[in-house]
Amino acid sequence: MLEIRNLHASVDGNEILKGINLRVNKGEVHAIMGPNGSGKSTLAKVLAGHPQYEVTAGEVIYDGKNLLEMSPDERAREGVFMAFQYPIEVPGVSNAQFLRLAYNEKQKHQGEEELDPLEFKDLLTEKARLVEMDASFMTRSVNEGFSGGEKKRNEILQMAVLDPKLSVLDETDSGLDIDALRIVAEGVNKLHDPQKAVIVVTHYQRLLNYIIPDFVHVLSGGRIVKEGGKELALELEEKGYDWLKNENGKPATTAGSAK
Amino acid sequence: MHLSLAEEKQIPYASAFAELMRNRSSKEPAWSRILRQKSFAQFENVGLPTVAQEDWKYTNVSPIDRTNFEPIWVGSEHRFSAGDLAPFSYDETRRNTLVFVDGIFQPHSIHGSESRGFLLMSFSEAFAQSSYESALRRHCERNAGNHENGFTHLNTAFADGLLIVIPANVNAASIHLLFVVNHERSSAPAVFPRVLILAEENATATVVETYVGSRREKYLTNAFMEVVLERGANLQHYKLQRESVEAFHIATTRIDVGESATYEATTINLGAAISRSNIEVTMDYPGASCAVDGLYMIGSSQHTDTHSVIDHRQPHCTSHQLYKGVLDGKSHAVFNGKVFVRHGAQQTNAQQTNKNLLLSDEARVDTKPQLEIFADDVKCAHGAAVGQLNEEELFYLESRGINPALARNILTYGFAEEVIEKIKIDSIKRELNAVVLNRLHSGLEIS
Repeated sequence: MLEIRNLHASVDGNEILKGINLRVNKGEVHAIMGPNGSGKSTLAKVLAGHPQYEVTAGEVIYDGKNLLEMSPDERAREGVFMAFQYPIEVPGVSNAQFLRLAYNEKQKHQGEEELDPLEFKDLLTEKARLVEMDASFMTRSVNEGFSGGEKKRNEILQMAVLDPKLSVLDETDSGLDIDALRIVAEGVNKLHDPQKAVIVVTHYQRLLNYIIPDFVHVLSGGRIVKEGGKELALELEEKGYDWLKNENGKPATTAGSAK
Repeated sequence: MHLSLAEEKQIPYASAFAELMRNRSSKEPAWSRILRQKSFAQFENVGLPTVAQEDWKYTNVSPIDRTNFEPIWVGSEHRFSAGDLAPFSYDETRRNTLVFVDGIFQPHSIHGSESRGFLLMSFSEAFAQSSYESALRRHCERNAGNHENGFTHLNTAFADGLLIVIPANVNAASIHLLFVVNHERSSAPAVFPRVLILAEENATATVVETYVGSRREKYLTNAFMEVVLERGANLQHYKLQRESVEAFHIATTRIDVGESATYEATTINLGAAISRSNIEVTMDYPGASCAVDGLYMIGSSQHTDTHSVIDHRQPHCTSHQLYKGVLDGKSHAVFNGKVFVRHGAQQTNAQQTNKNLLLSDEARVDTKPQLEIFADDVKCAHGAAVGQLNEEELFYLESRGINPALARNILTYGFAEEVIEKIKIDSIKRELNAVVLNRLHSGLEIS
């Protein structure tokens, strides 16, 4: 489904990703872990098409197409979804209005039927149950005045409505208490099926207790420095990221050598 | 015969004024006739404002000065049918829609004798009732001072106003003042709406003021609104300016807020080639409060100017002001908001904000919030911002499959909505949301 080859990306002229290779097949759940500044959020944003990040080398093939040639909105309509680490507030536009618009844009693009407000309300009610969100959130402005946990749940609600093929969760666990973490993770699990893939970007192992990854990739200094199964996450939790330094016999960051 | 330019352009006003004095004003008391004459003389003396004057620095009204407008001072024979006006009426105010044609109130526009909770009389009618004549005289004469400009002088000279009284302790029905222009009489009419709203002690009312121009014809609306709130009165005042894009709209709204009285206004400026709103709120009694909010949303080569003065003269008064602007094309907006906190006006709370969103590189805003404080125990804040849409917000919407143009429109709508949301009459709110969304082609549905 997704093939990342030798991906290099910079922001403001600073190279953050220094040659990422990653292959994600249908039905798989991949975890991207790593210390702060390792480039994991950058990878998520590059996949979503954030304009601030410049891809300087490499390629990303999604569903047989060149993902990097698509605009962010095209990627979304093609089934790529990123749950934001810091979801944006959109004052004046209700959650229901916004989601229906986004949903219908995708339907139109895929040649599927658009829904009128009443039909959409039914769909939304059903999806909201998945993340245990109250109906009152649907008439409120998108993320405005939502708590951190509510915003994250709202991201998963958007994911549920848009039904993406590839979901990238960027630090979705940050700022969540244990109950919200469970709700969010269960939502993601219920949405997962053998036709879809999920990339979970996280600093900590705790989310991976709920969303069990098939593969764990550890990013450091803009490169994948270690790969393994779900047990790798537990090992990291126990030993910390410093252990990687020793394991590989080289520093976990290459900031020094870049100069 | 050779006339200077200045003399030439004043001829339509001068001959119309002479005719007015010969005809209508014979029924008026001497003070009113004198006031008209004095005002007209002052207009002839000072003319219309120019950019050399500080208050008009950014608003050049020479296109108004150059047009030979025909002043309209006598009521129109033309009767608009209910059907003609239906698109401009609101469910909540349907029974209390007061239609003004060419600035002059049409008494037949209001039907039935159901108790509405308010009294209506033209200034000419009020002259005959001693109880209101003195109030009218007090307000009219006060407004005729030398600090007025050429537009207000002209209004005082030509207008036949309407007095609306909300009696003490009455909670009146919502009143809609609908201003339309009849182009069958003149190709370039100058009209002079004038209304004095008097809310007596503890009276409560909602007044909606709308100006509509469906055609592209040229006309000048030169309006003067006065609001007097006595102790404990409460007024919600909404103004929607949707004049023709060829029209000029110059309006002064002067508000006196009484002791513990509350004035809340939302002004929406969408139309006109040039619009200018002067808003002057005086709080000369303790415990008065006001919220003076507004939205201007213009494009192409439109120009809009809001000059507001909020004057805290007594302790324990509160004022809030949020003005937002959305500018597209080569449009130009001016916001000048003065807040005065006079000596002794302790415990004042004054907040003022002006935020502008520029959708085009060629649009321009001149904003100047001013706070002048002469008291020491006050809480005041003001600020202004001019900016473009936020890239992170745009990316967020795009990452959900919304194309960039649509994403921009949705964020713009969200920006404007904060002001529209303040209007408490649902059908007006819906209409404005629709107007904004339609302008933006946002594809959003009204919820």
